[in-house]
Amino acid sequence: MSQETILDIKDLRTSFLVEDFEVKAVDGVSFKLPKGKTIGIVGESGSGKSITAMSILQLLDKPGKIMGGEINFKGKDLTKLSEKEIQNIRGNEISMIFQEPMTSLNPVYTIGQQIRETLKVHQGLNKQNGTKKAIELLSLVGIPSPEQRVKQYPHELSGGMRQRVMIAMALACNPELLIADEPTTALDVTIQAQILELIKDLQKDLGMSVIMITHDMGVVAETCDYVAVMYGGKVVEYQDVKSIFKSPKHPYTVGLLNSIPRHDTDVDELEPIKGNVPSPKDMPVGCRFAPRCPFATELCEKELPSLDTQADGSEVRCWVYTDRWDGDPEVNVRESKRTAESE
Amino acid sequence: MSQKELLKVNNLKQHFPIKGGILGRTVNHVKAVDDVTFDIYEGETLSVVGESGCGKSTTGRAILRLDEPTDGSIEFDGVDLLSLSRRDMRKKRKDLQVIFQDPYASLNPRQTVGKILTEAMAIQNAVPKEKRRERAIELLETVGLNADQIDRYPHEFSGGQRQRIGIARALSVDPKLIICDEAVSALDVSVQAQVLNLLKKLQREFNLTFLFIAHDLGVVRHISDRIIVMYLGKIVEIADKKSLFDNPQHPYTKALLSSIPTPDPEVKKERIILKGDVPSPINPPQGCRFHTRCPFATDICRQEVPELRNLDNMKEGHRAACHHIEKIAAEH
Ligand SMILES: Nc1ncnc2c1ncn2[C@@H]1O[C@H](COP(=O)(O)OP(=O)(O)OP(=O)(O)O)[C@@H](O)[C@H]1O
Ligand SMILES: Nc1ncnc2c1ncn2[C@@H]1O[C@H](COP(=O)(O)OP(=O)(O)O)[C@@H](O)[C@H]1O
Ligand code: SF4
Ligand code: SF4
Ligand SMILES: [Mg+2]
Ligand SMILES: [Mg+2]
Repeated sequence: MSQETILDIKDLRTSFLVEDFEVKAVDGVSFKLPKGKTIGIVGESGSGKSITAMSILQLLDKPGKIMGGEINFKGKDLTKLSEKEIQNIRGNEISMIFQEPMTSLNPVYTIGQQIRETLKVHQGLNKQNGTKKAIELLSLVGIPSPEQRVKQYPHELSGGMRQRVMIAMALACNPELLIADEPTTALDVTIQAQILELIKDLQKDLGMSVIMITHDMGVVAETCDYVAVMYGGKVVEYQDVKSIFKSPKHPYTVGLLNSIPRHDTDVDELEPIKGNVPSPKDMPVGCRFAPRCPFATELCEKELPSLDTQADGSEVRCWVYTDRWDGDPEVNVRESKRTAESE
Repeated sequence: MSQKELLKVNNLKQHFPIKGGILGRTVNHVKAVDDVTFDIYEGETLSVVGESGCGKSTTGRAILRLDEPTDGSIEFDGVDLLSLSRRDMRKKRKDLQVIFQDPYASLNPRQTVGKILTEAMAIQNAVPKEKRRERAIELLETVGLNADQIDRYPHEFSGGQRQRIGIARALSVDPKLIICDEAVSALDVSVQAQVLNLLKKLQREFNLTFLFIAHDLGVVRHISDRIIVMYLGKIVEIADKKSLFDNPQHPYTKALLSSIPTPDPEVKKERIILKGDVPSPINPPQGCRFHTRCPFATDICRQEVPELRNLDNMKEGHRAACHHIEKIAAEH
């Protein structure tokens, strides 16, 4: 069995410098993605998921800058490449799809023109061959009567169809890695089911590796092999998908799972996490989760724990799992109902 | 079980005109809500679910008369709302409050929280003037905010906290019915859970009745007593929560339930993937509106509109609008 690693991110840090202030949007993100697999990046809004994705392709908005760390893709550190070299990788070896397909499609060009442009830039296809390939791609992503659709403008398509077009464009050059940032968040569930099924099928057929960014634990459970949970710009837990649902370790992961109202079973009372996500301007100095964590101790408030590999191979950023833990020695994060501090 | 109906909606229609041509004449209609009938019992939570554009918000807005309905009747606590004058309707809004998805857009950014709450009370003359500030403080505490936050402005609060302010404002006039239109949809799950628990607690405490509009079926399962499923302006199924999740009858409900990703990787379920998109409500399909996507559609489905029906295999009060319920149940 080959467990070749296609992507290995080490201690990635990306900041926005706004008015002398450094917003540490991504503040020490590390994870590995084995080739052909899917990793889910989950976390609440503002936790740094999208900025992590944008950093990989260096698509950051103006004041955004990678401050440190490594992004090793097939052995090359992408942070060390020139703009020209990264352009070659973008859309060819690594493609990205975004949450809102309408804003990423150009309203004044037809679908066909836009796909052709991608094909021209990356593969040098002429107009005739480009149109042929565009029609092929549209039918690959399940768009009916593609010959007609290539002549239409984005606003003439439904949200689900626009997302299929985005996927078609992302696949135009057979990327080895697909980054999908909340690809179905703006869609209805029956359409979401179609799109997720499509991504899974294409991954199998084309042998792609996928980064699936989402805040929906249901989407994670159904599409991912590995999961990185982010909080306050950091990865706080990394496990394979089955283990993270069966034995979550970080108090935040446990809280997140206990907060989900389930459609498939009845829960009497949800167990929310108290308080709110911290603002990046007001990040706690110690463990970022300490103000909301039911187990927080003095150590947690003072010092930031590191992301450590556990005996079972999982990675957790929490003092409970270290020799220095100064709280209840018997604490069982998962069993404890103390996360239930609802108001 | 005898329950009092607080709200009775009968044959509600909301058709929005589409203007066109150089003369700006009405060329067509969006049939946003097309002949919808249901009751809400006092003290219950009735949810409305369905995909974007199926008419959930339009139904809520029609009940509040934020849009004038095209046809039908709405009876609230024995009063025919559609016959009220504008002025009397405004007074009635004391009993019917609404909470929207985006709390920020519905709160005046230049008013402090205290002002927002006391003004709501003043408009309805719900509380004597000298008692209003005291009541505002009480309300903040009821929704889990601090009394000392009363002089802060909306932008100083997080999304979840702003939603609590919206809830406090709705409560400030002591309403009977609250329409929650995607009231928790914009919140992160950890905060959404806080607000859902709060709504449940307030319902118990004040015997509130909720019409809860949402698209997240997890949220709906958690909060509802009964559920309406809408598709393209029509009710396709209505049932108590348990029946809807455990014994769904309409093919659309089944597909909808099977489409939701389950947060448990060990569960392997059979998914019904629907073909195509929701058709336009401008020229909705003839007969059963779901026939263009339904795997069981036959000729009768393309011709005749199915009525809501209760059959032997369904609990009392559980009804679905499909010609082939019997056949589908027998085959599966
Ligand atoms: N004022 C209006 N004029 C014309 N059409 C309208 C108007 N308001 C709503 N509609 C249309 O009526 C239909 C139902 O809209 P409604 O807002 O009730 O949907 P919804 O079920 O609440 O959807 P969502 O889940 O997206 O909020 C849609 O096709 C919408 O475009
Ligand atoms: N252009 C920007 N300027 C300043 N801060 C930004 C910018 N874009 C994102 N951020 C901040 O970076 C953090 C992470 O954002 P993001 O990665 O978009 O979160 P999410 O996990 O929701 O995708 C947030 O605190 C956000 O406010
Ligand atoms: S380090 Fe401390 S505060 Fe942070 S999650 Fe672990 S127990 Fe909670
Ligand atoms: S009436 Fe016909 S088309 Fe409509 S849901 Fe039933 S079987 Fe499907
Ligand atoms: Mg994002
Ligand atoms: Mg709506």
